[in-house]
Amino acid sequence: MTLTAPPPPARTEAAAAPPGRRPRRRGTPGGVRTLVSAVDLNRHRTAYVVAVAGTMLVFTAAFLYPLYWMATSALKTPVEFAQNVPTIVPESFHPENYTTAWTSMRIGRFFLNTVYYALGGWLIQLILDVAVAYALSKLKPVFGRVVLAAMLASLMLPAAALLVPAYLTVADVPIFGWNLIDTPWALWLPAAANAFNVYVLKRFFDQIPNDLLDAAAIDGAGRLRILRSVVLPLSRPVLGVVSIFAIIGIWKDFLWPLLVLQDPEVQTLSVALSRLANTSQVPPTDFMAGLVIASVPMIVIFLIFQRSIIGGLSAGAMKG
Amino acid sequence: MAVIPAVAVREARTARLRRRIGDNLLAYAFMAGGLFCFALFSWYPLAKGVILSFQQDNFVVPPYWVGLDNYRAVFDDPLFWTAWKNTVLFTGLALVFGFALPFVIAVLLNEFRHLTGFFRVLVYLPVMLPPVVSVLLWRSFYDPGNGLFNTVLSSVGLPTSQWTQSSSTAMISLVLVSTWANMGGATLMYLAALQGIPGDLYEAAELDGAGIWQRLRHVTVPQMRFIMLVLLLLQIIATMQVFVEPFLLTGTSSPDTVTVMVLIYRYAFTVNNDFGLAAAMSVLLFVVLGAFSALYLRLTRSAD
Repeated sequence: MTLTAPPPPARTEAAAAPPGRRPRRRGTPGGVRTLVSAVDLNRHRTAYVVAVAGTMLVFTAAFLYPLYWMATSALKTPVEFAQNVPTIVPESFHPENYTTAWTSMRIGRFFLNTVYYALGGWLIQLILDVAVAYALSKLKPVFGRVVLAAMLASLMLPAAALLVPAYLTVADVPIFGWNLIDTPWALWLPAAANAFNVYVLKRFFDQIPNDLLDAAAIDGAGRLRILRSVVLPLSRPVLGVVSIFAIIGIWKDFLWPLLVLQDPEVQTLSVALSRLANTSQVPPTDFMAGLVIASVPMIVIFLIFQRSIIGGLSAGAMKG
Repeated sequence: MAVIPAVAVREARTARLRRRIGDNLLAYAFMAGGLFCFALFSWYPLAKGVILSFQQDNFVVPPYWVGLDNYRAVFDDPLFWTAWKNTVLFTGLALVFGFALPFVIAVLLNEFRHLTGFFRVLVYLPVMLPPVVSVLLWRSFYDPGNGLFNTVLSSVGLPTSQWTQSSSTAMISLVLVSTWANMGGATLMYLAALQGIPGDLYEAAELDGAGIWQRLRHVTVPQMRFIMLVLLLLQIIATMQVFVEPFLLTGTSSPDTVTVMVLIYRYAFTVNNDFGLAAAMSVLLFVVLGAFSALYLRLTRSAD
């Protein structure tokens, strides 16, 4: 076969065809073909518009309205809140319910507790898990595979099965004899034993070419310096995803903090709200304000980092 | 080719050995903190849980061996079967809604050319809320007196319900809030998988005269089979550990909604204060969930 042979005419036609068929799909770059073809979609324009509008209506009612209801209920008076026909827009406007909740329900205290636990837990998880992943990936110690397998095996353990023995362990740590109940360490140390983080980080570090590390080593950088100046800057995306999920995980956790944080002074928002929900002294409107305050940081994180969160979720779906 | 002197070879070898030893020491120094946490809070509790299930331990007297007594006691507890029945019922109902609905929504959203980002954010919004917030919010919706649901139902002339406070609707109420709070994750994972289906397949099927339902059945579903199986297993594992919903909506004493986790909680922390019983129950739950976990790991590992 010669290199200069002209392509058969049929070929050129086929090659020319795609540009001609390009505008088959409006609104999608590249025109990805899905279940319904663009032709059908254009033919049934009305049905499509109705479907999108209907979905928007249902989604708004199902997912947005409950949050709107929560935020506006917190602005009402208890009397208006208890009305048989709920008002969509609050008749009276009492933003002071939020400040009352913050101070007299001491939501502020629990909020700061939770922030402290989330940030501390995030930092410890990141430091310890990055160190483990880096050692396993780039220093390749003897028994490294065994260590990794033992860590991954813990992914198989449902959290529920470890609840009681883990509680007893935290109440009396073997060898050291510490009692971590009611201390932040009861949340932080078990959270650092996160095999998923180690796995994700190690996989990412594995993809960093060793030549790059060797080059830095020749320039006189030690292992720690290589981690700090070469590996970590390259790993920003994966560190971001691990960080976000670490903070969300601690913020949303309930059963474990319920067990290990018994003193009301040190409880997280979730635990405190579940306790306050069963007392009758709290006005329902203030309580709604408490629920809103507990949700706001998560919603803000979601709106800022939605790309990473949704991307991380999708990557998880593909790789498992 | 130049001959390398033997001394140089030996020196190079010792240097390499020294570096290997140094790397190993450094590696274990790096891993010390992580190993400490895994050993104390993951590996040790696993062993302790199994041991505890054969012991009597209530914090009053030092633990002693009781053989299979804990298992016998757990099996004899009438609540044991109730709890398993409820857990399986919850998981089954949660699958009916939580497995089918995200798939349908994802297929629908994948056809949309407008507002896709908006829909994605909305469906995932409840997942971001702390579970305690979702459940307590729904608790006020479920209020049989003037909760939102009954108000809406009666305003359009439909019969109202006792929701969580009636034994016939309690379980379904738990499933509804759980589905609302959790379906966003599965929906987005399905969406990601749907976008990976090659468009040629639909094209070819259409040329062969396949209608929309046939394309759905013979292209979409087979292409999604793997992710559907993975999410099915993940959802079974997650919903069998249900706790927050019954704990906050119906309490730990209502037999209609006692689940395995609620029973473990009762054994250990409220009614019995008996960690041995709770450990025995945990081991049983672990065996059941472990089977699903192993299947899940095998599936995802072999796919890698």
